[in-house]
Amino acid sequence: MDRSHIRNFCIIAHIDHGKSTLADRIIEMTGLLTAREMQAQVLDNMDLERERGITIKSQAVRLVYTAKNGEEYIFNLIDTPGHVDFNYEVSRSLAACDGAVLIVDAAQGIEAQTLANVYLAIDHDLEVLPVINKIDLPSAEPDKVADEIENVIGIEAQDAPRISAKTGENVGEVLEQIITQLPPPSGDPAAPLSALIFDSLYDPYRGVIVFCRVRDGVIKAGDSVLMMATGAVFDVVEVGYFGAGAFIACDELSAGMVGYMTASIKNVRDTQVGDTITHSNNPVSEPLPGYKAVHPMVYCGMYPADGAKYPDLKDALEKLQLNDAALQYEPETSVALGFGFRCGFLGLLHLDVIQERLEREYQLDLVTTAPGVVYRVYKTNGDMIELTNPSNLPDPSEIEYMEEPVVNAEIMVTSDYIGPIMDLCQERRGRYISMEYMEETRAILKYILPLNEIIYDFFDALKSRSRGYASFDYELSGYERSELVKLDILINKEQVDALSFIVFKDTAYDRGRKMCEKLKKEIPRHLFEIPIQAAIGSKVIARETVKAVRKDVLAKCYGGDITRKKKLLEKQKEGKKRMRQVGNVDIPQEAFMSVLKLDED
Amino acid sequence: MELYIHIPFCMKKCDYCDFLSGTYDTDTRQAYTRALCREIQFWAPNFSSTSFDTIYIGGGTPSWLETSLMDEIMDTVRQCFYIADDAEISMECNPGTATLAAFTSYRNWGLNRMSIGLQSANDDELKLLGRVHTYDRFLKTFENARRCGIYNINIDIMTGLPGQTLDSLYNTLVHVTGLRPEHISAYALTIEEGTPFYERYKFDAVRQHAGMETKYLPNDDEAYALSKLCEQTLGERGYIRYEISNYARDNMTCRHNIGYWKRVPYLGIGLGASSLIDNRRTTNETDIRTYIEKASVLSRDGGDTSPLWQEVIELSRKDEIEEFMYLGLRLTEGIHRQDFANTFGQPIDTYYKPVLEQLNKEGLLLLDGGRIRLSDRGMDIANRILAEFLF
Repeated sequence: MDRSHIRNFCIIAHIDHGKSTLADRIIEMTGLLTAREMQAQVLDNMDLERERGITIKSQAVRLVYTAKNGEEYIFNLIDTPGHVDFNYEVSRSLAACDGAVLIVDAAQGIEAQTLANVYLAIDHDLEVLPVINKIDLPSAEPDKVADEIENVIGIEAQDAPRISAKTGENVGEVLEQIITQLPPPSGDPAAPLSALIFDSLYDPYRGVIVFCRVRDGVIKAGDSVLMMATGAVFDVVEVGYFGAGAFIACDELSAGMVGYMTASIKNVRDTQVGDTITHSNNPVSEPLPGYKAVHPMVYCGMYPADGAKYPDLKDALEKLQLNDAALQYEPETSVALGFGFRCGFLGLLHLDVIQERLEREYQLDLVTTAPGVVYRVYKTNGDMIELTNPSNLPDPSEIEYMEEPVVNAEIMVTSDYIGPIMDLCQERRGRYISMEYMEETRAILKYILPLNEIIYDFFDALKSRSRGYASFDYELSGYERSELVKLDILINKEQVDALSFIVFKDTAYDRGRKMCEKLKKEIPRHLFEIPIQAAIGSKVIARETVKAVRKDVLAKCYGGDITRKKKLLEKQKEGKKRMRQVGNVDIPQEAFMSVLKLDED
Repeated sequence: MELYIHIPFCMKKCDYCDFLSGTYDTDTRQAYTRALCREIQFWAPNFSSTSFDTIYIGGGTPSWLETSLMDEIMDTVRQCFYIADDAEISMECNPGTATLAAFTSYRNWGLNRMSIGLQSANDDELKLLGRVHTYDRFLKTFENARRCGIYNINIDIMTGLPGQTLDSLYNTLVHVTGLRPEHISAYALTIEEGTPFYERYKFDAVRQHAGMETKYLPNDDEAYALSKLCEQTLGERGYIRYEISNYARDNMTCRHNIGYWKRVPYLGIGLGASSLIDNRRTTNETDIRTYIEKASVLSRDGGDTSPLWQEVIELSRKDEIEEFMYLGLRLTEGIHRQDFANTFGQPIDTYYKPVLEQLNKEGLLLLDGGRIRLSDRGMDIANRILAEFLF
């Protein structure tokens, strides 16, 4: 098929504006699947994604569409995640496309992520086709939203298809406009091979399955290919394209096509997402313009609840990393928790997702420490270290000063809630930049916020203070000098390394107090009194006490039922085993994680 | 050898109770009685040369069973087993369920000990527990028992009830000790799953356990104070604590109960009854229909197992050692090193030296001479201590 009959595109939208639903409809209407085969959301094939209603992994599907003009077109639809944590994955997916379908909710209009995604698409030189969704809602105002798209984003939107992805109404118009409005891929099949890796998947039988977009040249089975960043060379075993949930082999992938290749790749580190594939005997001189490099923004310690499962955790992380270029990890040890890993994530949602996958797909029981960001510590001797684990903070006497990462945050909010949201940003040490009204009742607030103030629960706080009417997007803008201290927790006078964290000096007292209160609730009563203290250096700033247990006795015995008595004692003993011992205090695993939820109650 | 007989019938089930008991119609009571008798007959050949030193009829409310049916059961017991002349024969009874005539009838088959479930002398507390009687009804029952010549009576009381205060408990203790029963059992209320109390108080129970403020139940400190008041008051009035929740005056301890803690073998008859025979702990069928059905086709095969068993645990040597410790230490006299050595052929230190020393150092266990026993503090937190003796 010639390139003029190929369209590589993605769908971008603010969360919940109907991206996955539209993808489902498109797949359905191109006839690749029968209605019966359709699961609720075909593209989201991980259980977890379905439960959370979000799309985590980008996925691609190849569709055959017969247009009104009677000609057949190939659509490569590349699904992208909508959450701000996954901006990098969005960026990788966009680089594989030539156009983007932009969905805007007819009732809600443009939201923060709508803008962020559109700008990202425009950055990648994608043609944008606006689509107004959810016209079946009683509160839908498609004309108003069309105006908004024109005024705010500056793209023509009067002819934007007005659809209901849910009912299927007008989706046919979207398909037609994909052909007329989005460009076919460019590229030269006769030129040396260059193909971008935008995703990958580990298959136990075939090794790494590399998802790529061919820019120039042709790739086929038997080719010897070079990964330009890693320098690894492989013989291609198979190339093909994506059916729905299946890989379909084909003879070759040529310029403009999107598909996959396998090459018995065993070592996951050889296939860097974002790398360029070329022929080893006829390489291109320059790799394709890169994807954004991934830098984890949030770090935490992950430990197996059962120390013996350490190799299993290592194995699981290795496998997950293959599918998730943003996940990073390195071994570390903790006095309290034993052997584990310091893991880096794009954000808290990403952390959550990885944790759940480790627990669900790999049956691992995990203990996670409080997440933190990457601090820069400038030492008096002129060295700079990037600190991901608070325990590694040098002695204060060796520290000249410290810097913390800050983000440019854009918050879109209706005018009624501007006050409360500004208060929130103030509390979180935000620096006001500007406020612009998009229309009469909605404004964009711009702030510079320290990343560590937003990783915990900023999103929740934003939603609750605006009754759900605020949306939020951010990107890392750099580092700023800050007054930071390490807060240590002492349980029964022993410091628990896994509970230490870095905090802004002025909020240390408040967090220390909350932490002690929380731990008091989590640590069971022992035979002796247990002081819980929060300290900065040797100075104790907060204290709570877990009282000694007064009474724990099973009085009743019925008809000589001794086995039941024994079961109770066994349970008591078992409960103790599941705890971590620090000094002579047993700390339940939950306690290490409870500190993540300091602001819950 | 001891004998336990279970009567699972009640006038009404109390809101906190998770024992195997309930309200059943006359037909069921009759069918159950026949089933019990068949089970007794089934075991008779195995115990032809055994003397039973104690019999305990528990429930449910055994006194709620028609006296004619109870007579039938005890006739069968006497036909099938040899009962020692000085055997302790106890029965549980709830206030208002036994008439003077009933007591007379019990005396005729040899009842010489009665255990009455009073729980509280405060009528409001009784109502809250879902009990059907009042304190006045109890007094009548107590009098009747005495009048029929029962000179070994236990009264059950409870601490830690919702709304119970030090005053109300003290009042109960004064009334109860004033009657001079020979024995008093004082239990702390436990909130058991599957009971109406669980639905009502489960969150409070968790809060209590965690040492937080409670809504209905006494908080942890209050519950502790209540149990201490109980121990102290009973002690002052001549009731010596001989087990975690049992007190007796003038050495009138319950021999049957002590047997459980000293691992004396016992045969349990009836629904859900457990036995300890030949180092095997067994539990009978717990569904009453199934129990009756299975018992109706019981036939003697000469073996030492029963088709009525629902659970059988063969005790390993380790199990036995654990039991010896966590059961024996419930008694205030504790355990004797010599007994351990005699039973297991090795000194106790072979297994428990570090645990014993550690607990002794923490003041939870007293090691005096050949005796090992819980300290007062050890008694308060017995669950934690006893769990230490599991391997």
